Amino acid sequence: MPKITIDGIDFDAPKGWTILDTAKFLGLEIPTLCYNEGLTVWGGCRLCIVEIGIGEQSKIVTSCTYLAEEGLIVRTATKRIIEARKMILELLISQCPTSKILQDMAAKMGLNQVRFKPKWEDCIYCGQCVRMCEEQMMAKAIGFANRGNKLKITTPFNVASEECRRCGGCMYICPACTLRCEGPKPENVLCGRCYNELQPTCLDSFDNYSCWMGLKGECGTCEREEAEKKKGV
Amino acid sequence: MVKLFTSGQLEKFRQKILANKPGKRSISISCGTCGQARGALKVAEAFKEAAKAHKDKISIKLTGCHGFCEAEPNVIIFPEEIFYRNLKPEDAEIVVKSILDGDIADGLIYRENGNSFIHVHEIPFYKKQMRILSGKNPLIDPVNIEDYIAQGGYKAMAKALCKKPEGIIEEIISAGLRGRGGAGFSTGRKWEITRSQKGDIKYLICNADEGDPGAYMDRSLLEGNPNLIIEGMIIAAYAIGANESWVYVRNEYPLAVENVTAAIKQARELGLLGEDILGSGFDLNIKIAKGAGAFVCGEETALITSIEGKRGIPKQRPPFPAQYGLFGKPTNINNVETLANIPVIIDKGADWFAGIGTKTSKGTKIFSLVGNVRNTGLVEVPMGITLREVIFDIGGALNSETVKAVQIGGPSGGCIPQELFHLPVDYESLTGAGAIMGSGGMIVMDENTCMVDIARYFTNFLQEESCGKCSICREGTQRMHEILTDITEGRGKEEDLDLLKDLGSVIKDASMCGLGQTAPNPMLSTLEYFRNEYIAHIKEKRCHAGICKALIQYLIDPKKCTGCGLCKKNCPQQAVEGEPKKPYSILQEKCIKCGVCYDVCKFNAVGKENREVKNA
Repeated sequence: MPKITIDGIDFDAPKGWTILDTAKFLGLEIPTLCYNEGLTVWGGCRLCIVEIGIGEQSKIVTSCTYLAEEGLIVRTATKRIIEARKMILELLISQCPTSKILQDMAAKMGLNQVRFKPKWEDCIYCGQCVRMCEEQMMAKAIGFANRGNKLKITTPFNVASEECRRCGGCMYICPACTLRCEGPKPENVLCGRCYNELQPTCLDSFDNYSCWMGLKGECGTCEREEAEKKKGV
Repeated sequence: MVKLFTSGQLEKFRQKILANKPGKRSISISCGTCGQARGALKVAEAFKEAAKAHKDKISIKLTGCHGFCEAEPNVIIFPEEIFYRNLKPEDAEIVVKSILDGDIADGLIYRENGNSFIHVHEIPFYKKQMRILSGKNPLIDPVNIEDYIAQGGYKAMAKALCKKPEGIIEEIISAGLRGRGGAGFSTGRKWEITRSQKGDIKYLICNADEGDPGAYMDRSLLEGNPNLIIEGMIIAAYAIGANESWVYVRNEYPLAVENVTAAIKQARELGLLGEDILGSGFDLNIKIAKGAGAFVCGEETALITSIEGKRGIPKQRPPFPAQYGLFGKPTNINNVETLANIPVIIDKGADWFAGIGTKTSKGTKIFSLVGNVRNTGLVEVPMGITLREVIFDIGGALNSETVKAVQIGGPSGGCIPQELFHLPVDYESLTGAGAIMGSGGMIVMDENTCMVDIARYFTNFLQEESCGKCSICREGTQRMHEILTDITEGRGKEEDLDLLKDLGSVIKDASMCGLGQTAPNPMLSTLEYFRNEYIAHIKEKRCHAGICKALIQYLIDPKKCTGCGLCKKNCPQQAVEGEPKKPYSILQEKCIKCGVCYDVCKFNAVGKENREVKNA
């Protein structure tokens, strides 16, 4: 079992564990987006980056792909890492501001500015749907097409595919198509940031006053809904 | 063709070829892709016609590129090495006559600054070069393996096959050869890692996916001397223990594909490839894989997935290709130029090779020198030569005062300003200055180049060529391009510069592969050395070079305009108005700033001026 040091904790990681596996086991939080336990690793979203090594020799790697190796020194939350993660998230959120998962992550990481023009796209190209379709649904009905700024996920030749069984696995796993709640400032690229005050945020359905935190008004949704109801009456 | 079974037979075969070579004069015509584009084949036809009657005295050879693009089509007369430049078909007779008379055709020799140069080694372009790899191109017909063997070809291979693989690796390590594809990793170490992996099946790949705009040294080597690469591959494969290998070459290089295919076929017929090469018991097959033109496929892991028949996207390392590469087997990938160095090192010895260059960078490097220089072409220089020597002495920069910068290393390289031209050309100095060795593109830029626009241009290339797998590279390059476009179009804000810098450093740090890790270089290096130009674009909305179309307008100087009407005739928008013999003027609302009037005016009456741009 390789001995690794992760955020100062010495640990004998079982063979075949990645840095991410180890961190999760130890309860150290590393944000992930394109990672899913049931799928092969992709390493594309870059949010799970960690710093390995110390001093001048240190470098940034993705924890989801990097296997724990003897003597590895890992730091999961250095300044360099936090800043890089924030920049990556800023890019992703400006691409797809409607994703709840991204918004929650932003609130949690303390990302409070988006300096890029919002693109309001629906996809962040994390590729989870492609892997889901191929590896779990054995369909291979969708895949990446083109590259660079023309990249997209689609069926072959953009026509409805016979391979697709309409199982919905792609939608199930998509981190971008879970819509964020509107919050008090719906017009903003960043949402109302309720995350830090009441966790978990944006419950799927809730009554006006049955906020699970027993709060009223912080995130504003209930009050707005009440106002709208009154208007309707 | 005879089949060679031992190195002794190879030597005898070589002697036979040399003995059959009569002492006649030979005309080498540069017929690479570049030469052909400028009519070399027609010139070659004319030469064949002119020399038809003198077959006993003159032989004609269609060779690969001689390196001197500016002088294409050019010929070299051997053995005297007389150089004739920019020939037309009708010049063939004059040259042939001069050869028969033992004379020199005065009108066709190379001239520069009023001096004329007869022999190749006297010409300033060639004088400071050290052409250990490309120097044999003029002597070799690429589709005739006998030419290569006559030049001592496959001698190094025969020598290597008698040694132990470990010995060869040691020799390459002590020669200090580093990868010429850009990253500069020690070639010998790379081989050692691949060799030390468990398993019997290992692969070798020659990376000829040269995607940088304006870089073509790999193409010239593959086209001009394919056997050199094959010999290098055989030695490399023997050293790492591979029996299967690939040449991954761009489909856009049809001549290179053709010549390599022919060379592989001939080598196979001679028994220099295939089973039991020269009785050593070592087998090697070389296959050709053609790339479909994605820039990112030059990256090792993307190249591997492309050969496997999948979408060419990089994989996160580790595992490195040396551990888990093509079809899951340990794979060694070397660049064309790296492999070309191998036979030379084995032949002349590691000490000889290590004697060239600087402490950390050994040997020579081929650069494609283009841009605002008189002598564009492929230059092979020893490592450690200064940029100034390359640009001014070899390239002959048109005006030393106006040269602003040189862009090195292709689209992900950086711009080095003239103040730093004293830097030696080696991996460390270039990286330290914010550029990279890359594959070796060198674009010289003068005062008519806008550095912001250059950064925008290269970033645009990268945002289109990023594979899109990793978020930071895909979105980051798009955002860099967006901000740079804003700046060149007069919508820039001062805080954009800080954002660009932050964004650039994260892209560099957190990207998956080499493309992303170097993508911000053009922007970061211009931002560091030419910040004043960025500021001028943002604050004053001025582009001093007159390149950024949104910030300039074309005006006709009534004092200089003779009323010839050429601009009006050529304007695609009918934006020029006026009557003949009277000064014309440009209707700004119709003008699309294509610059045709500026280009066609013979009296310099059309000028570019910065115009007032209202803040967006």
